[in-house]
Amino acid sequence: MNYTTVVGLEVHVQLQTATKLFCGCLNKFNPDNPNVQTCPVCLGLPGALPVMNRRAYELAVKTAIALNCNIAEFTKWDRKQYYYPDLPKAYQISQYDLPFSSDGWLEIEIDDETGETKRIGIIRAHLEEDAGKNIHDETGGNRDSRVDLNRCGTPLVEIVSQPDLSSAEEARIYLEDLRRLLKSLEVSDCNMQEGSLRCDANVNIHVHTDDGKTIATPLVEIKNLNSFRNVEMAIEYEAVRQFQEWQETGKTFGEVLKRTFGWNADRGFTFEQRMKEEASDYRYFPDPDLMPVTITSEQVGAIQQTVGESPVDMRKRFQEAYELSRYDASVIIDQGKSFSRYFESVGKKCGNGKSAANWTTQDVLRELNERKIEIELFPVTDETLGILLHKIELDEITVKSAREVFEILLAEADAGKSVTPARVDAIIDEKNLRIVSDTGELEKIINEVLRKNEQIVADFRGGKQGAIGPLIGQVMRQVGAADAKVVREIIVRKID
Amino acid sequence: MTSPLSVEEIQRVAELGRLKLSSEEVSEYTGQLGAILEYVAKLQDIDTEDVEPMAHAVEVQNVFREDEPRESLPCDAALVNAPKTDGEFFLVPQILGGGGA
Repeated sequence: MNYTTVVGLEVHVQLQTATKLFCGCLNKFNPDNPNVQTCPVCLGLPGALPVMNRRAYELAVKTAIALNCNIAEFTKWDRKQYYYPDLPKAYQISQYDLPFSSDGWLEIEIDDETGETKRIGIIRAHLEEDAGKNIHDETGGNRDSRVDLNRCGTPLVEIVSQPDLSSAEEARIYLEDLRRLLKSLEVSDCNMQEGSLRCDANVNIHVHTDDGKTIATPLVEIKNLNSFRNVEMAIEYEAVRQFQEWQETGKTFGEVLKRTFGWNADRGFTFEQRMKEEASDYRYFPDPDLMPVTITSEQVGAIQQTVGESPVDMRKRFQEAYELSRYDASVIIDQGKSFSRYFESVGKKCGNGKSAANWTTQDVLRELNERKIEIELFPVTDETLGILLHKIELDEITVKSAREVFEILLAEADAGKSVTPARVDAIIDEKNLRIVSDTGELEKIINEVLRKNEQIVADFRGGKQGAIGPLIGQVMRQVGAADAKVVREIIVRKID
Repeated sequence: MTSPLSVEEIQRVAELGRLKLSSEEVSEYTGQLGAILEYVAKLQDIDTEDVEPMAHAVEVQNVFREDEPRESLPCDAALVNAPKTDGEFFLVPQILGGGGA
């Protein structure tokens, strides 16, 4: 007897708009200043009227197109009624029977090594408003809960997958690939710590009995999983729990209503929360405050134009065009579209993809993290870095010198100086970093050094390999930016 | 007159609406709401065979606003109607478990 895990995910993605879905309050993560981004509309005050944010609708459509969904020509918004302190209207404006999109799919790569893919169905994606945030007293005391409505009314796309995911690992991969796609579309920052991407998992198992039957267990929805790791661990735990429960109770799918579980991330177990109200209890009805939205195929086509290259296609192209490993290409793409563009521009200018990848994913990324800035604000532009790295390719400077120039450029930018591509050459000259390619002069100096150090030369000839070090050192001290490798080669040639 | 609504249905609706009803109120509303439903049920007599379902009573579509920020209320104004606050947050009796969205 064994079982397979069956998972469908509901993913809530916060859209990167300037303002909320139905009012002009800022859509900004701002936990340190609670209740400063509200107005009569998102507070649900009587008489206030919501008006749809055009940008939110367009970003939602863009998301659905990238997920290969059909875009509905006609869509409307409905009220989903429930009472909760983070929802002051006592209803959420959501979409019920006519979501703006449906029937899509996302292809995920379930095996890195073989590149094997699996197509995960998307039932629908709909556009709805987010609720506020409740902060509970976690000291164990009986204190009041605090409610911050800054987030209330911000735009969310809910993406509902088919139960096509067959393991906790597949669920994690689906989320990772979905996140990569959404980030590259620039529809959401997908920051899980800030709650821009949240996930509920619908889980049950199919038990395969020894006599060849398949039995499905009752459905459980695990709410509010806020990291990839938690998604994977919670599903793994839940599958085992359901198998045990089935062995104890024998209850199967349909005999028990869908239940809602939470996940205790600290202690690693799922636990039952309230019984889910039946769908009809939300008493959905069309929101009379909002007008339906229609879209033409021309408009869909125009948004389609903005979708661009998928992260998977981009990764494959980077691997091929810049001779990168799958890993390196993924690291770049995971940093988002602007970063990928930066890398590509550096790669083209410097003519060595591997070198461009090393510099952008190590030096540049480290500086971005330290400075806590995005690539758009990085003082060393793609053009400047490309020119600098090209000089390594031309054997004009060493990698070590390039690093020195890079640091000087950053220091100058920090000091408020403007860092133009022209500074690269200027710094190389100021610091005397240019590799002496005039071997005539270099050979003259080397001859001089060799003549002055007969004993060391003799030691080297006698088989003492290490003796060459001091010789190289003496030459380097005189020529400054000579390439140590070249110096070594000339010395070896002369002595041997 | 027997109501088309049962007492249990009224109690369920009251529960969903977070209304506390006395047993007198339950029986009173069972009759009153039932009468309203019966009245509205007359609409069932209309032949809607060839009528398209309607999503909105007003024949207007595609009403959008641009994604442009407008000034929000200051915090103290946002909190002014709240029964209980700490000057920054709305305060509500302790809640457990997750909400919707």
